[in-house]
Amino acid sequence: MSAAIKNLLLKIADDELIIGHRNSEWTGLGPILEEDIAFSSLAQDQIGHALANYTILQKEFGEAEPDVVAYLRTEKEFLSCQLVELPIGEYDFSLMRHFLFDHSESCRYELLLKSSFIPLAQLAKRIKGEMKYHTLHADLWITKLGAGTEESHARMQAALNEAMPYALGLFETSDYEDELISTGVFVGENALKTMWLERIAPIIEHANLKMPDIANIDPKFGGRHGYHTEYLQPLLSEMSEVLDLDPTTKW
Amino acid sequence: MYGSAYIDKDEKFVGTAEDEAQLLEVFEARIARGEKIEPDDWMPADYRKQLIRMIEQHAHSEIMGALPEGTWITRAPTLRRKLALIAKVQDEVGHGHLLYAAAETLGKSRETMINDLISGKSKYSNIFNYPAKTWADIAVIGFLVDAGAIINQLLNAKGSYGPYCRALERICYEESFHLKQGYDAFVALATGTPMQREMLQDALNRWWPPMMHFFGPSDKLSVHTERLMRWKVKMASNEEMRQEFIDQYVPKIWELDMTLPDPNLKKNEETGVWSYTEPDWDEFFKVINGDGPCNAERIAVRKYAEQHGRWVREALMSKAPATAVTPFA
Repeated sequence: MSAAIKNLLLKIADDELIIGHRNSEWTGLGPILEEDIAFSSLAQDQIGHALANYTILQKEFGEAEPDVVAYLRTEKEFLSCQLVELPIGEYDFSLMRHFLFDHSESCRYELLLKSSFIPLAQLAKRIKGEMKYHTLHADLWITKLGAGTEESHARMQAALNEAMPYALGLFETSDYEDELISTGVFVGENALKTMWLERIAPIIEHANLKMPDIANIDPKFGGRHGYHTEYLQPLLSEMSEVLDLDPTTKW
Repeated sequence: MYGSAYIDKDEKFVGTAEDEAQLLEVFEARIARGEKIEPDDWMPADYRKQLIRMIEQHAHSEIMGALPEGTWITRAPTLRRKLALIAKVQDEVGHGHLLYAAAETLGKSRETMINDLISGKSKYSNIFNYPAKTWADIAVIGFLVDAGAIINQLLNAKGSYGPYCRALERICYEESFHLKQGYDAFVALATGTPMQREMLQDALNRWWPPMMHFFGPSDKLSVHTERLMRWKVKMASNEEMRQEFIDQYVPKIWELDMTLPDPNLKKNEETGVWSYTEPDWDEFFKVINGDGPCNAERIAVRKYAEQHGRWVREALMSKAPATAVTPFA
């Protein structure tokens, strides 16, 4: 049982840490100052959520402290999906990823409100309020840019097409799926995916964008089992560049 | 747009030189009484011009200052330091946002200001043209550059232009947290391993000369300066601010057994005045005029952001309806 919950906590935390890292790269580069500030807020929330999940791992399961788990694991030990590790690209891709990812997180935490694993249910309750603003922000911008100029529309459609196979990779099941479902810890990735699709489809339509043909897309799986794109290792090396000078001391 | 003519609210020319002398008298009396000047009030053209220049430069400094620190967010050595640094840099961009809005009340648009920044027409604080080479630089910037900024901004918050003063009050409040953030990271390194102390000492040695330049050369007494001080656009002389900075922060650095690369840095206990080696002002002017170690890189990043964000701004200006979003509850 604990292995199943640990796996769930770790994949949630790793997703949040890596997307937070990517979103923090927008500092100073946003298309307008307001978006620079917004992506900094997203990054802070997401890294904060990662920290909260790593803290549950430490307190409930005796895992190492959050900084050690975040900074000192190998690439293979990361259970984040491949969507979050992709480079920030242009604003269209980052915005589309923010939309697709944050809706999935929002759905995930909503479903976890009823988790039989109390620490996670409590955390979900705390985070749910923040997620509302993430999705409001994403929906507003997707709609504005999807229906904006010819260029912004074309860019957003291309970003949606590019990101969707990776977004579907979010819902890659783990070896613990049945156990999580039967014990009431989590309803499972397939239920999450159904809920997510119901949420995003109307917004995509409102944004004047065409939903890719989901049934005929090969999801980019692998992340949940430690198989990553070529982009994760450089990100991890960068993240631990300072700590690696001396991981035994306080910084 | 601002210009040399004054346009009143009804867009009529105000009047004769005699009228203007009278308006100036009222204006100066209000400032002497400690009243704030608001955007719709009459103000001399030079007052408007100087304020736009000053607030605009301040706003540019905030968003350019985000660049050297921003590059260390992804490398911050703990999750908590990372969170603090993102929040700090986010505040700086937010200050830029706030200050551009304050400058806009004087008639220059944010877009024009940012274009002037990119074209090199407008300046920003020289200190952001130096590189942040190691994590210790982040501690030194967060501690000393923010300390210097607070000295400057607390004084300017007592100035005469209402929108700028109100923006500065909020900014100073946030800057005091930045200083704590920087000092905390500074102390962690100063009390750390020999390697960490060495890293910090190296950063201090590199940042001290630009820090001595930070407040600018000693002001030459001139009618111009005297008038700006009477109008409460300039609140203290550069040397007064430098002395205050040294007096407050040098003891804190020495207290941690760190050194500063100036053998002549010494306080005269009788007068309370610090002596120091005269900074290299040729270097200061060289950097201001675009020839510093990072000027080109900083401007290139800003230009990149502007160019790559253009399609977004164009879409925002388009008339397409945004109807899909439920308003905030």
